[in-house]
Amino acid sequence: MSTAAVVESPAGSRVHYLNASYGIKSWLFTTDHKRIALLYLGSITFMFFIGGAAATLIRLHLIEPTGALVQPETYNKLFTVHGVVMIFFFLIPSIPAVLGNFLVPLMVGARDLAFPRINLLSWYLYTIAALLALYAVVSGGVDTGWTFYTPYSSTYAHTQVIATALAAFIAGFSSILTGLNFIVTIHKMRAPGLTWFRLPLFIWAMYATSIIQILGTPVLAITIVLLAAERLLHVGIFDPKIGGDPILFQHLFWFYSHPAVYIMILPGMGVVSELIACFARKRIFGYSMIAFSSLAIAVLGFLVWGHHMFVTGQSVYAGLIFSVLSFMVAIPSAIKVFNWTATLYKGSISYEAPMLYALGFIGLFTMGGLTGLFLASLATDVHLTGTYFIVAHFHYIMVGGAVMAYLGGIHFWWPKITGRLYPDGSARFAALIIFVGFNLTFFPQFVLGYLGMPRRYAVYPAEFQVLNVMSSAGASILGIGYLIPLIYLIWSIRYGPVAGPNPWGAKGLEWETPSPPPTENFEEIPIVTEEAYAYAEPEDVHG
Amino acid sequence: MAELSAGSAHAAVHPPGLRHHFEDMEQQHEAGNLGMWVFLVTEILFFGGLFAAYAIYRSLYLPGFEAGSRLLDVKLGATNTAVLIGSSLTMALAVHAAQTGKRKALILFLLLTMVLGAVFLGIKFDEYATKWHHGLVPGLKWAPDEEMYKNAPLGSVELFFCFYFFMTGLHALHMIIGFGIMTVMTLEAWGGKFSAEYYAPVEVSGLYWHFVDIVWIFLFPLLYLIGGRY
Repeated sequence: MSTAAVVESPAGSRVHYLNASYGIKSWLFTTDHKRIALLYLGSITFMFFIGGAAATLIRLHLIEPTGALVQPETYNKLFTVHGVVMIFFFLIPSIPAVLGNFLVPLMVGARDLAFPRINLLSWYLYTIAALLALYAVVSGGVDTGWTFYTPYSSTYAHTQVIATALAAFIAGFSSILTGLNFIVTIHKMRAPGLTWFRLPLFIWAMYATSIIQILGTPVLAITIVLLAAERLLHVGIFDPKIGGDPILFQHLFWFYSHPAVYIMILPGMGVVSELIACFARKRIFGYSMIAFSSLAIAVLGFLVWGHHMFVTGQSVYAGLIFSVLSFMVAIPSAIKVFNWTATLYKGSISYEAPMLYALGFIGLFTMGGLTGLFLASLATDVHLTGTYFIVAHFHYIMVGGAVMAYLGGIHFWWPKITGRLYPDGSARFAALIIFVGFNLTFFPQFVLGYLGMPRRYAVYPAEFQVLNVMSSAGASILGIGYLIPLIYLIWSIRYGPVAGPNPWGAKGLEWETPSPPPTENFEEIPIVTEEAYAYAEPEDVHG
Repeated sequence: MAELSAGSAHAAVHPPGLRHHFEDMEQQHEAGNLGMWVFLVTEILFFGGLFAAYAIYRSLYLPGFEAGSRLLDVKLGATNTAVLIGSSLTMALAVHAAQTGKRKALILFLLLTMVLGAVFLGIKFDEYATKWHHGLVPGLKWAPDEEMYKNAPLGSVELFFCFYFFMTGLHALHMIIGFGIMTVMTLEAWGGKFSAEYYAPVEVSGLYWHFVDIVWIFLFPLLYLIGGRY
């Protein structure tokens, strides 16, 4: 990346979105999608470290079989806070609200999202929700787990269920508004010549994600309202006293919360498609297959929620159908993985920091996906459900997949966002540390779960201690790995070398405008004449 | 706005109402309409969760649901249905008046829509008051007369009334929001903001208003007409 030609005058002499105006008001009342992306970046980074702090305490506690740190009641609150914060306040907004907000208008060649004020509103909703969640934490916490299962949440829990549920409700609206904005922008605001099949795959992924956001999130919203009302009024539709069914809550909850898994991973897949094509210097293999597999995942994702409920007493036939449908999700997922590896084949690959994250993503996501098949099978799920196996499985998807892709994306577009480069050596080092720390944390949990250690318990039999200590050791390495980018990225804002418009030699409209982009994104709206990823084919290189 | 700090020579020839990040009025109009449609899809799923739960419980506890339904006032429900359909007509006429640039007609029809909306909410409030009086409000005042529900299982009747209040309450909340939107539209129409070239906010508000009406068209039979009385 040091070879990038610096055609810009040093940042500061040119007017761009960061220096167009100054002062706190110019940020809090901005309607510029790029500034809103940065507001989100700050907020979700803060929430990430809150959720991370809870995870740290959990892993510290589990060093001893009898629990090293906290009371069991506190332990319940810790894993609930970890889940609620990481899912609703980090993973779901992460790539869409930060990278998507910044990149969607740039990638489609628009001056802003379709509804800039609604975009700002969504950040305010997120902030209000986050503050409410933090209030719930400090005013006693909540111990239901992030899933809020009834009747415990509606009747028996003595903790801040309503405040936390309300926080998830408000955060949901923030997510819906982001999805709505993206759908309209992608439909109506593409630059001349930018047909659907010339769009970057990141845009296809954001489109599929937005569909899930607008279709799934409202169902969670109404479910949470019903739960809160039931808790408040001591009677409601999940109340067995009057014939209500607590299991219905699980159906409605997972109707959103399973697709929500794809809200978290699909954007990551979009990022990885961009990174792989750029650093293999190749047109992506199977463009339309990757694009349609995103939509297939979005659709199938709505039909598999019952696999969270194989042991709740749902009918065997329903279980059978949900099992088959869950296996089918493996098809579009595998299509993506095979197409990425096929893109790498005979590519001229360079191992810049973003690429390390992308490669890490492919490996870890594949492991997470394959272990998912054990859980989609009815018979093995009975043994593995509710154990650490499932904890390891979804952390391979969520942390090994979504967080890796998010960090890869942040590193890839950081020069575009800030106009500065970060120290490459530190970035590669951090990527390696995170990869090692991650695997050391979560691989032992597969074994623990297979051996039968249940999740969400504050104590465990002594024979599981070695693996638990390994996991906690890995978590501390992972934690350090996450702190390193925080330090050098902040450092780079001021001291990093000036990046220039296209430090990676990447294709895409966002690289054709200066870094950082001007407030209106493009001097003139570009006219698109070629397909995405029009990198020179390797055949040309070999002559 | 700060959006256009540089590079906008076309600001001077802007049509009124065109925001700077759109290329032209047509693009802005289409974006606004699509945005509302997407929002309404979200709303369908929002109500959809309730409708799905209703369907499940009604198939499980039909006698209780029928007994509950018989405790509702069909005449008031039917009146409200007519009132809302009427308000959809005045709303459609308001959009037409906006499209043809008739400012006075626009204001008149918006006001009529608001009046009909207020009548609906008034009748709804009266129904709620009666239910309160009869002790038919789950969680807050549940003390129904044994005469009223006859032999039906009391639990299922209470479940029915949970749905009645959730569904009509959520609908009424949407009506109140719609009333607020119409107030803003009326004030803006008064101020002469709309013309035959720029009327998108009226059209989009109309979509919302029609959606809320349609929800009621489903709620009325599902709640009021299932008692097997007719």
